[in-house]
Amino acid sequence: MSEYRNLLDAACPGAVVDEWEGAGGELTIEVDRDRIVEVARFLKGEPCAFRLLSDLTCVDVIGGDGRGNRFRLAYQLFSLETGDRLRLRVWADAEAPEVASVTPVWRTADWHEREVWDMFGVRFSGHPDLSRILMPFDWEGHPLRRDYPIGGEDVQFSDAV
Amino acid sequence: MALIPPPGAPLERAPRTDDTIDRDLRDLVESQEEEAFAKRLLLTTVDRALAWARSSSIWPATFGLACCAIEMMHTATPRYDLARFGAEVFRASPRQADLLIVSGRVSMKMAPVLRRIYDQMMEPKWVISMGACASTGGVFNNYAILQGVDKIVPVDVYVPGCPPRPESLIEGILVLQRVIGSKGLPTSTDLMREDDMPLPEQAPERAEALRALGPGRRPAPAGVVPAGLPGDMAPTGAR
Amino acid sequence: MGTELGAGLTPVGEAREVLEAARREGRELAETERVVAQVEAGTAVEALRRTREMEERNAEGVPGAREPMIINLGPQHPSTHGVLRLITELDGEVVRDIHPVIGYLHTGIEKQCENKTFWQTITLVPRMDYLSPFFNLHAYNMSVEKLLGLEAPSRAHWLRVMLSELNRITSHLVWLGTSGLELGAITVFFYTYRERDRALDLFEMISGERMNHRYFQVGGCSDDMPEGFEAMVRRFVQEMPGRIDEYEGLLSANPIWIERTRGVGVLPADDLIDLGVTGPALRAAGVDLDLRKAAPYSGYEHFDFNVPLGTRGDAYDRYSVRLREMRESVRIVEQCLDGMPEGPHIADDRKVVLPPREELATSMEALIHHFKLVTEGFRVPPGEAYSAVESPRGEIGCYVVADGGPKPVRVHMRDPSFVNLQALRPMAKNAYLADLIVMIGSLDNVMGGVDR
Repeated sequence: MSEYRNLLDAACPGAVVDEWEGAGGELTIEVDRDRIVEVARFLKGEPCAFRLLSDLTCVDVIGGDGRGNRFRLAYQLFSLETGDRLRLRVWADAEAPEVASVTPVWRTADWHEREVWDMFGVRFSGHPDLSRILMPFDWEGHPLRRDYPIGGEDVQFSDAV
Repeated sequence: MALIPPPGAPLERAPRTDDTIDRDLRDLVESQEEEAFAKRLLLTTVDRALAWARSSSIWPATFGLACCAIEMMHTATPRYDLARFGAEVFRASPRQADLLIVSGRVSMKMAPVLRRIYDQMMEPKWVISMGACASTGGVFNNYAILQGVDKIVPVDVYVPGCPPRPESLIEGILVLQRVIGSKGLPTSTDLMREDDMPLPEQAPERAEALRALGPGRRPAPAGVVPAGLPGDMAPTGAR
Repeated sequence: MGTELGAGLTPVGEAREVLEAARREGRELAETERVVAQVEAGTAVEALRRTREMEERNAEGVPGAREPMIINLGPQHPSTHGVLRLITELDGEVVRDIHPVIGYLHTGIEKQCENKTFWQTITLVPRMDYLSPFFNLHAYNMSVEKLLGLEAPSRAHWLRVMLSELNRITSHLVWLGTSGLELGAITVFFYTYRERDRALDLFEMISGERMNHRYFQVGGCSDDMPEGFEAMVRRFVQEMPGRIDEYEGLLSANPIWIERTRGVGVLPADDLIDLGVTGPALRAAGVDLDLRKAAPYSGYEHFDFNVPLGTRGDAYDRYSVRLREMRESVRIVEQCLDGMPEGPHIADDRKVVLPPREELATSMEALIHHFKLVTEGFRVPPGEAYSAVESPRGEIGCYVVADGGPKPVRVHMRDPSFVNLQALRPMAKNAYLADLIVMIGSLDNVMGGVDR
């Protein structure tokens, strides 16, 4: 049990689902989807002071987590004072994936969440401007999903990826 | 890098499959079509002077898209110095530019913009497709990148490389100058009209036809894809 | 629907796309989409009609009748540092609001990486932020090495540091040259690219390419320093401080430059952190965040260098911070040469790293390793890793997810240009249009990194 897990269990009881230390000693904490904003607000304030949201991204996991969830969001947090990093993991549904937006906590989440919406189709409730950001506005489909074809043109040599 | 063969030397290259796209301007110059051109054009001294003037003072438009744009900038800087070949300034406004150097990968979102800029340029105008991504899509054969800028604008010179060295780009411009200046060749738009390539007015119908194919699908070059290839790009998960 | 299109008007271009998409999905327009619909929903005749109506309303003294003029800046524009489109709401010369529209350089690199083996992905990754290719490579390779538990030898780390710092210099040179060019200081452009060509010669010598290298590999660097490389770097390092003095002499005390950049683009430091801004734009506001010091990687803790900070956070401070960073980078490169440790330039793990070519002629095992690595690729145990490096623009992070196969499940680049560009909108409110150009330049965004 890491220090952050202890603090979170005290401040937001029941929000943390799991935690583990992965490759390179990186700490990941899985959080319940409905409590993400509350957890984010706590982690941004004292004493953890994760004031910088480095990255907010998503992975489309084939087979999901076995509970009907398919999209795995990852929030990378960074603390300026200590230089510590923390990763939060949140699962989103396979059908109609929706997660609360953390833009009220970190304004930088704005474009990250738009990109996740554009590329994966995960909606963020409470987002000020959820529109396509990288693809043309009338594009159909969400390109980074695993069942979306890579596209491009057929070529005449084998092993062309 | 392409080598400019001396006049009269035989050209050895792989057979081309698509006549509308794979037109080699050097073949055009040295074949019988030259006589046909000569009959159509009045190659008076004035015309030759005009051709010489046009070729010696081609002003490119600033159309830097990606990494190739940085090498294009290098071409304008002291070591490689494009200005000594007549490209004195890069004009920001397409109305004032002669040459469109498409330098970088053209995404599906940018393609209509590229076409619009090309349409805004005044005749005579030429297009150099700089780099692998502009010529054929380069390393990126996927849903997002236009596989070759010659699908939407007629290209005069292709400069391969990723990115091409500034010397390569200069050579491309010199090839273009030689072709323009030596024979007073009509511009690419004139050639396009002769060969029944789609004109700007027909662009909306072509766009509709391409859209109807659905996302991630593009028509294969005519008569080229043999049967039995894994033609359907399988979704990434299934690979 | 929420748009005012005027009577009998046909939306064209992206306005048509936006309305089409909203109609198809049966929803309202989001904010950016509404603005896009407004920009392109007019012909010249229609614009004239609206202007006349507005004039009539103004003449009658109707309050709030003066609506801002919405114009397009880009995506083809000489001063937007690439294909950035800014839909600007102008009130005369004053910018009331901007709406950045990006995606014009979206290349689908992250999707393409899922189709390539980990080794092949190395060639795709530097093409994202194409002005700092080594940093992209560094972040990606660090992530994969974390997942593999592979440690690169110290000589490889020092080579990486040396080339990264040379890359920092070349990136800042491009920024300085193009910023000067946009503001009319064209001489700076020629001076900086002269030095950049010298540095690109060094890159070509060691990696074979001027740009878009694949020099950093998983486990180290692909080649060691060739003959004569060290001498050339020393010459470069000796001459560079004098050249930076030249640039300073052109700009730092130049009254026009000072007038154009002082006080332009200021945001409070807390806002910048909240917006996720990192790099020189943040350090110019006085926040001491440099990943090389805060979370050192690749042996940076052994080097002696300062992190320049600014005070006000305006465009002039960002210029000053970057110039001083160039000087510090020169010092680091010199320290690299002086203290370069002996040893291999890449790790020895034959399951991941290609064997040296000489061995292929004599050792069967080496041949088999080589074959397997090139055709199938090495397998990475399941997991995820995020590594961040301090690039010339800020924090470049690479998030790699692996599932035990030879191809990555997900490669995501956290790009500083993408995040820093969000700060443009609050910065530009109620600034002059000319200052907007200065702000874009001072943020130093590379559209390849923004759109990936």
